Amino acid sequence: MIVLASSATEHRGLTMTLFGLFVVATLVITVWAGRQNRSASDFYAGGRGFTGFQNGLAISGDYMSAASFLGIAGLIALNGYDGFLYSIGFLVAWLVALLLIAEPLRNSGRFTMADVLAFRMRQRPVRTAAGVSTIVVSIFYLLAQMVGAGALVALLLGVTGEGAKRWTILAVGALMIVYVVIGGMKGTTWVQIVKAVLLIVGAALMTVLVLAKYHFNPSELLGAAASASGKGTAFLEPGLKYGASDTSKLDFISLGIALVLGTAGLPHILVRFYTVPTAKAARKSVLWAIGIIGVFYLMTLALGFGAAALVGRSGMVAVEGKTPSGNTAAPLLAEQLGGGSGTTGGAIMLAVISAVAFATILAVVAGLTLASSASFAHDLYANVIRRGKAGEKEEVLSAKWAAVGIGAVAVVLSLYAGKLSTAALVALAFAVAASANLPTLLYSLFWKRFTTTGAVSSVYAGLISSVALVVFSPVLSGGKNSLFPNTDFHWFPLENPGLVSIPIGFLAGWLGTLLSKERPDPAKYAELEVRSLTGLGAH
Amino acid sequence: MDSPPITTSPTEVQLIDDSEEFRTLRSSFRSFAFPVTIGFVLWYLLYVLLSCYAPGLMGTKVLGRVNVALVLGLLQFVTTFAIAAWYARYADRRIDPPAAAIRQAHGAVVHAPRESAE
Repeated sequence: MIVLASSATEHRGLTMTLFGLFVVATLVITVWAGRQNRSASDFYAGGRGFTGFQNGLAISGDYMSAASFLGIAGLIALNGYDGFLYSIGFLVAWLVALLLIAEPLRNSGRFTMADVLAFRMRQRPVRTAAGVSTIVVSIFYLLAQMVGAGALVALLLGVTGEGAKRWTILAVGALMIVYVVIGGMKGTTWVQIVKAVLLIVGAALMTVLVLAKYHFNPSELLGAAASASGKGTAFLEPGLKYGASDTSKLDFISLGIALVLGTAGLPHILVRFYTVPTAKAARKSVLWAIGIIGVFYLMTLALGFGAAALVGRSGMVAVEGKTPSGNTAAPLLAEQLGGGSGTTGGAIMLAVISAVAFATILAVVAGLTLASSASFAHDLYANVIRRGKAGEKEEVLSAKWAAVGIGAVAVVLSLYAGKLSTAALVALAFAVAASANLPTLLYSLFWKRFTTTGAVSSVYAGLISSVALVVFSPVLSGGKNSLFPNTDFHWFPLENPGLVSIPIGFLAGWLGTLLSKERPDPAKYAELEVRSLTGLGAH
Repeated sequence: MDSPPITTSPTEVQLIDDSEEFRTLRSSFRSFAFPVTIGFVLWYLLYVLLSCYAPGLMGTKVLGRVNVALVLGLLQFVTTFAIAAWYARYADRRIDPPAAAIRQAHGAVVHAPRESAE
């Protein structure tokens, strides 16, 4: 550990330089984009001028978060095959977005998810519900990214002190606010594109180096990972993390369902579909995203098993402490691939990959902040508080203030969530999105009978049940890895609430609709249906 | 618009909604999207359940260190890519042309809606 720490300290200047270059480059882009922002449509939707391919890259940038890069590689490195299960859920989920959500959403909304949910409903209650749920999901997701940033800095600076982590989280928070406030959607989208390219190139480089060590024979890599893990062939089979008991198996099913249904309910992903001019371009962007993200997850498989073989649990324990979350697996692997700790090559690789990971985190948090502040301004402020009387300028200004506020909240919460695995935190965001947002979106688009009461019920029931079940789960208390290990107020056995809260979300929307006396508006549904399928009247 | 008005005073959009062309478009979309979604979700759930409850099967070696679990996982990638490509082709042929035709025929009917505030 001492060796690693000193080599990391020696070459941290290089990391800082590389990362500084990324920050400067993206700030230039942001200022350039900010100068072109004139209307609300520029700020929220980047002027709807991106191509399918550009937006596909940006979606990949938004989606390949610290959880994907650091989190999944780490979970595979620690738990073998069970970590791979995350990538599969994360990828298959895109088909839901492709087939059911992307095109209708692009055609029927303007700036936020609530535009679609409130299309044929009473505006204020539905926008309030959708705005609240957008902000909650985004904050869970933000936490995950910032915790990842904290873990990285501990590794890079070779310190385990809390001070460095805090300053990193603060710096990340400040930068993301700058991106959003100055650059709006256009700036943020370009930041995502740059970051996506960097991340793919970085991951591809590492993948080639890992495979080269094993003569480009995946079987040899798997064998090395299995024997280094000390678990033998069990490392290559499902069950190491989730197979221990009936509860953990249920937990895994719960996670799996949340992953596959969550993506199409993530607000920061949904708003990306507004940055292209047509539904067809939205479809193309999802197709590109599926290709890019799929290839990226295949590479994380190599990185995870590579880290298991070359870094090992002991390597992560040395840096992270006794119960590693795995967040440092990818950068440590980079160091090994460059020649090991203490070598110049190792330090350079560590610096490059860490800078890429920082860039990743920064871009994703900017995307999240933008989506949630847009929802605050467009849904809560303009439509609920000001009842539609706010002008465009006032609305955009309130979005910028919201970005500052949400950024501050995320920073403060992140300071306390440092122990949790980034992938686990992101999984919770997916569970909330799948419980609160997806049922409401599907009902709104495809169920003629759906009403305001139904929409409000499904959002709140999904939101409250998923968050409450997390609060009373082992994630917060009563377990070794809990946030508060010394107290125990948990009664819900699963770490992931999806198995229960997703059905609750669907059921509540259905019951709320049937039990209310409210009649749906057939003319508005006809309008939504025609518009969502043909684009007639779309913005 | 071939079909006669159903309600007493349908709006112009409702007339489009009831038209033969639109109904065909809607059923082209739904008859693809709904069953395929159910299909891939079930296929994914099967994989999740096998991972949990069939460790013996999943651990069976196929080639070298590569076992059934890994092959099934990679197959999920393959089916995802395949379904995406299939839908892209289908939408190009069966959804985009009729949608464009309806847009052209009724472009003037539906104006960009006003600010959605109440």
